[in-house]
Amino acid sequence: MALLKLEGVSLGYEHLIAAQDVSLSIEAGEYLVVVGENGSGKSTLIKGMLGLLHPRKGKVLMGEGLKKNQIGYMPQQSAMQRDFPASVYEVVLSGCLNRCGLKPFYGGRARTRAQYAMERLGIRALKDECYRELSGGQQQRVLLARALCATEKLLLLDEPTAGLDPMASQELYNLIRSLNEEGVAIVMVSHDIGAALHDANRVLCMHKTVSFVGTVEEYMKSDCGRFLWGCREEGCCHDR
Amino acid sequence: MIAEMLSYGFMCRALVVGTLVSLCAALLGVSLVLKRYAMIGDGLSHVGFGALSVALAMNLSPLKVSVPVVVLAAFGLLRLSESQRIKGDSAIALISTSSMAIGVIVTSLSGGMNVDVYGYMFGSILSMNMEDVYLSVGLSAVVLFLFFLFYHRIFAVTFDENFARATGIRADRYNILLALLTAVTVVLGMRMMGTLLISSLIIFPALSAMRVFKRFLWVVLCAALISVLCFFAGMTVSFSLSIPTGASVVIANLTCYLLMSLVGTITLGRG
Repeated sequence: MALLKLEGVSLGYEHLIAAQDVSLSIEAGEYLVVVGENGSGKSTLIKGMLGLLHPRKGKVLMGEGLKKNQIGYMPQQSAMQRDFPASVYEVVLSGCLNRCGLKPFYGGRARTRAQYAMERLGIRALKDECYRELSGGQQQRVLLARALCATEKLLLLDEPTAGLDPMASQELYNLIRSLNEEGVAIVMVSHDIGAALHDANRVLCMHKTVSFVGTVEEYMKSDCGRFLWGCREEGCCHDR
Repeated sequence: MIAEMLSYGFMCRALVVGTLVSLCAALLGVSLVLKRYAMIGDGLSHVGFGALSVALAMNLSPLKVSVPVVVLAAFGLLRLSESQRIKGDSAIALISTSSMAIGVIVTSLSGGMNVDVYGYMFGSILSMNMEDVYLSVGLSAVVLFLFFLFYHRIFAVTFDENFARATGIRADRYNILLALLTAVTVVLGMRMMGTLLISSLIIFPALSAMRVFKRFLWVVLCAALISVLCFFAGMTVSFSLSIPTGASVVIANLTCYLLMSLVGTITLGRG
C-alpha cells in the first residue's frame, strides 16, 4: 500500500468546502508537487494529510508502517515566529520531540539527530544564533532541518520558498531534491512551477478538487500544464 | 531593615508565597506572551474576583472556591478562542467582565465592599493565614514541577502548534495544561497582587527578559530571576514606605523593564 492514501476526502472550514472529493495516493520515495491558484485548496489538502483538519467526508489512510509521528512538516511561517526568541538548535531539536515518547527530556539520540539535520542543511555554524535574526533563506533551512528531525519517510512542505530570493530558493530546492534522492517522499505546495517541475516526478493540480494528477511529462502535455506554461487554450482547468 | 522585615511572621509567610508565585507567573508568562495569550491572566483574575465574592458571601474559603472556578474558566476561554467564532481577546473580555459584574452584584447584595473584597481587588499579601500558605506553597510546587517536566513540549507548542500537532504531539493537551497552570497561578497571585494587578506579574518579567535574551531557555530563566528580584524589591519598598505591596511590585517590574530595554538597545543595537 502507499505511504498515504486519500479516499474521496472533502475538507473545509466552518461553512466553506475548500477541497472536495480528493482521491490520491502518495508512494514511498516519490516527489509530488501540488500546484494551483490561491484559494484552490492546496494548503488545506496538506492540512488534511497531516490530520490538522478532519475530513468532512472520506478517509486519510496511512500505510507501509507509517505512523503519525513519522511525518515531517514544513509550514508557512507565522508572524509570531518571526519575533520568537529561540536559538536555531532549540528550534531544530523540537523536531525530535515526537520520538521522545513519554520521556520528558531529549536523549543523546535526539541530540545527535538534530546535529545531523543541521549538518545536512548546512546550518551547523548557526547553531547558537537567534532564529529571528536569520535571513529568510536561513530560517527556512532551520524549519526544514526541524522537519527532517521528525521524519525519514514523508515530508510535506507548504510553499517553502515563499518570500525567498531566486538564489536562496534554488538552494532550498536543491536541498529538497537531495533529501528526496535519499529516499524521503516529498509532497510540496509551490507557486514556483518551473523550478518545482524540474525536480518533481508527479504533479497534482488543485482547483477545489483534483483537476489533474500524473507525471510531469503528462502534465506538460495536459491543458492545465500548457496553460501555466503560457499557451491559453480551450478546456483548461483554469478557465472553468 | 531586612532583618526587621523577617522578624515578622506575616512577612516571612508573604515572602515565601510571593517568591513561589512570582516564579510560576514568570515561567508561564513567557509562553503566554509569545502565544499572544497575555491578557488571559487578566481575564482569569476577574473570574477569580467573581468567584471569591461569591465565596465570601457564602462564608466559604475563598481560595478553595476560586481555584476550581478559574480552572473551569480557563478551559472555557481556550475553547472559545479555538472556535474562531469569537476571537481570543474578545472572548477574554466577555468572560472577565461578566464575572466581574456577578462579583460586584453579589458583594453589594451581601453587605457591600468589606475589607476582604478590597484586599482581593488590590492585594493583601500580609493578611494570609497558615492554611493559605500551605495551599499556595503546595500548588506552586505542583506548577513548577509540571512546567519543568513538560518544558520541551511547552516550547514546541508555543513555537509552532501546527507543526507539533502534525508530527504527532498532542498539542491540545499541552494547551490545556498551560491554561490549568495559569489558572492556578492567577488565583494564588491574586492574593498578593490583587485582581487588577496580577497580569503584570505574568507579562512584565517575560517582556523584560525578551529585550535582552535570544534563546528561549535563557528568556525563561531570566524572566524567573527578574520576577523574584522585583518581588523582593517591591516588598522591601512597600514595607519601608508603607505602600501597597502589589503596586510596589508592579513599579519594580516597570523599572526593571525600562532598564532591560536600555541594556537591550545598547548591547544589541535594537530599539
